[in-house]
Amino acid sequence: MASRAIEIVDPKTGDVTEAVYEHPFIVRLCHWVNAVALLVLAGSGLQIFRAFPSFGAKIPQKDLIHWPKALAIGGWLGGALQWHLTFMWIYIATGLVYLGYELFSGNYKQALFVRRDIPGVWPMVRHYFFFGPKPPEKEPYNPLQKHAYTTAVVLGVLSVLTGIAIWKPVQFSWLAWPMGGFHYARLWHFVIMWALLAFVFGHLVMVALHGWNNFVSMFTGWKKDPGYRVE
Amino acid sequence: MSRRELLKLTPVIALGAFAVPKLQTPLLKSGLGFSDWVSDIIFRREHLAPTFPDAEVSPFDRFPINDYDVDDPGVDLERWALAVGGAVQNPGEYTLNQIQALPKITQNTRHVCVEGWDVIGNFAGARLSDFLKMMGADNMARFVSVKCADDYYESLDMATALHPQTLLCYEMYGKPLTREHGAPLRLTVPTKIGYKQAKYLTELKVTNVLQQVGYWEDQGYSEFYGL
Repeated sequence: MASRAIEIVDPKTGDVTEAVYEHPFIVRLCHWVNAVALLVLAGSGLQIFRAFPSFGAKIPQKDLIHWPKALAIGGWLGGALQWHLTFMWIYIATGLVYLGYELFSGNYKQALFVRRDIPGVWPMVRHYFFFGPKPPEKEPYNPLQKHAYTTAVVLGVLSVLTGIAIWKPVQFSWLAWPMGGFHYARLWHFVIMWALLAFVFGHLVMVALHGWNNFVSMFTGWKKDPGYRVE
Repeated sequence: MSRRELLKLTPVIALGAFAVPKLQTPLLKSGLGFSDWVSDIIFRREHLAPTFPDAEVSPFDRFPINDYDVDDPGVDLERWALAVGGAVQNPGEYTLNQIQALPKITQNTRHVCVEGWDVIGNFAGARLSDFLKMMGADNMARFVSVKCADDYYESLDMATALHPQTLLCYEMYGKPLTREHGAPLRLTVPTKIGYKQAKYLTELKVTNVLQQVGYWEDQGYSEFYGL
């Protein structure tokens, strides 16, 4: 990997800190813009859902939940649709730029789950869930982390595909077929949103657990005291 | 070095413009406009909306009735006629008999409501394209606009108006339209969202300029909303 490592010398104390460049600019930019877009889409999506909070027939209407208006964006159905149909383009654009960059730069080997990550899965599961020893860190992300990020990317793609299936059920009528038809595509779109929000929640918990240097690295690209050696 | 990297992220702050009340409305309007522009481009004139066997059609009493004002605007069915005007060679009043003399199309198509529900219904009527031909409409005009007995109003882009599944619908489920479903004449447009499929039609106009797009569009809904 093209991770760059440097040593920072404090001019007063002379202490040496190691820092690694983990997140290229495009990744950081896409990360934050996409994060904002995802939250706007979830909030406006829930306001849209409020207009018909069911996945059954209109008659008889059996409401699933009454989602509070305070936790939704847009104020009313028309307003929410404006937010949704605006930010979906931002969401798609950052997603495509991110994925394109990952594939062409080779950065996906750092962030996404690839075949060489398979052997590391079990030791990491043992460490996280069964008090096993902590496997040595050789790179920024451990196999389970990469698995989580890869899942998030897949969910992101599915959120767009299910969205297109319900937004354009005539022009892309074939798209709804593997989802069980147009009617179920809306349910999948909803389920995938919750899966993405669950990922965001888990992600935030892990960020909180991993401390300040890790958090700052998604802003500056550089992580101080990375805790692993770059060869 | 870290500070410079941080500064590179300043474009993200641009998203904050959406939080500024003065900028929010025009930004969202252009976002919606962009969506409509893309929708217009990907609309295929000959591509048909899915049709369904009779077994998949929802029962008539399960076909929802949405209105913006009243279920029944009290149309005088005996004296009803459709007032046609604008860029047409034969303007004037058209009776239901004249519309029913055109080839009758029956189709089971899905009606999709912007609220999120959908229902498969049975519709019959004359192709709007046949009607436009009969009245000598200028096919190069941009829009077909309609007015309704309940003061509702709508418009369709010409490509959609000429689509083979776009009907001047006078029957649902093999019976004349009930008052709640828009008697005596409504639009059925399987390539559009529900609110574009106006009921209780009274006027139809072919035009290049729209003073108003549609009742809901003028409140902030998508103008094109093609499916």
